[in-house]
Amino acid sequence: MKGYHDLGGESAGPIETKEKEPTLWEKRVEALLMLLTRRGVLKVDENRRALESLGADAYHNATYAERRVMAISNNLILKGVISVDELSARLAEIDRRADPLP
Amino acid sequence: MKRAFDPGDRVRVRKVDAPGHIRTPYYIRGKEGEIERFCGFFRNPEELAYGRYDCEQRALYRVRFLQRHVWPDYGGPRHDTVDIDIYEHWLERI
Amino acid sequence: MSEHHDHDHEAPRRHRHPLQPDADDTLTYHRKLEIAVRELLIEKGIFTADDVRAAIEELDGRTPDRGSRVVARAWVDPEYKALLLKDARKACESLGFDMDLFDVTLTVVENTPKVHNVIVCTLCSCYPRMLLGLPPSWYKSRAYRSRMVKEPRVVLKEFGLELPEDVTVRVHDSTADLRYLVLPMRPEGTAGMSDRLVTRDSMIGVALAQRPR
Repeated sequence: MKGYHDLGGESAGPIETKEKEPTLWEKRVEALLMLLTRRGVLKVDENRRALESLGADAYHNATYAERRVMAISNNLILKGVISVDELSARLAEIDRRADPLP
Repeated sequence: MKRAFDPGDRVRVRKVDAPGHIRTPYYIRGKEGEIERFCGFFRNPEELAYGRYDCEQRALYRVRFLQRHVWPDYGGPRHDTVDIDIYEHWLERI
Repeated sequence: MSEHHDHDHEAPRRHRHPLQPDADDTLTYHRKLEIAVRELLIEKGIFTADDVRAAIEELDGRTPDRGSRVVARAWVDPEYKALLLKDARKACESLGFDMDLFDVTLTVVENTPKVHNVIVCTLCSCYPRMLLGLPPSWYKSRAYRSRMVKEPRVVLKEFGLELPEDVTVRVHDSTADLRYLVLPMRPEGTAGMSDRLVTRDSMIGVALAQRPR
């Protein structure tokens, strides 16, 4: 059984080499992971395991930062750091904000 | 801590399916290579991935493989290699 | 296949991959998720809003310039180069760079007239972030991760680098606790020139260090 993340040797098309600066929100996702690993809440191995459990569709269709924020939130729920209920409530509350973007 | 291999030893990567989070790429399983160096002892990522931070340490090696062995249809010269870091429990002596 | 990707960034792209839009001004589900998770973690005291700002500043400060300085020093100082190849962490810390990132160990591999090294991570996107910063999109792409390990000479040619047959191409698939950085060869006739020769791509191994045009 080969995981969908295990790509070595797969046939694939051309490499898109266009450079793209990371956006602020992409950097925030990186910052979250950096802080969580430094605080001892999460290890990168756990983050990878979560990425490998997103399902092939989400893994290959989401952007890099999207995958990572999904993996982070799944791990935080699994570890009991945040609950499903409080996360759902917060997402609904953000929807109601007049100016939700920070 | 003890380790099983030294630089120059010939090894084969175990060709098995394994559950969970694995850092041995699928394409290299069952392939034969040579220990290039011992990289140190590191906690087993297969356990760390599930939150077992106090798991035992494993010897990690850089293993060198000839591309023509890994990919029978490899298009480059015979001396090209791929080097991969592999934990001891994935290696068997040839 | 190579006619589809010369390395000229101005050239039209005939094979654009469909990329998800991730503009900063669209409130997608994933953006909301990031906001929600961050706010909850701050409220729970895991970290503060200032910590997040400081972490982003730290990310902004980690650029390939760090790697270039390390390489340029190794070119002119044989003792430093020996230390860099033996204990990269110590060598980089001696230039003032913080190497504590994700519990990993930096390893430097040296290009020679006979060996060309190039790095990839087929399982995820392991990259020498402590010296090069965040990886470029192409390094994280499905195509690079799939192909570099199997047809490195074809991929390098697409990046504009064609290597003679007598040079060994050595691909490093970073799978574990080590992160690889390539020490490129110093181009001929560049004594006295600075670290501007050392590009990010030359430290990944998809290019050579080159004289400015």
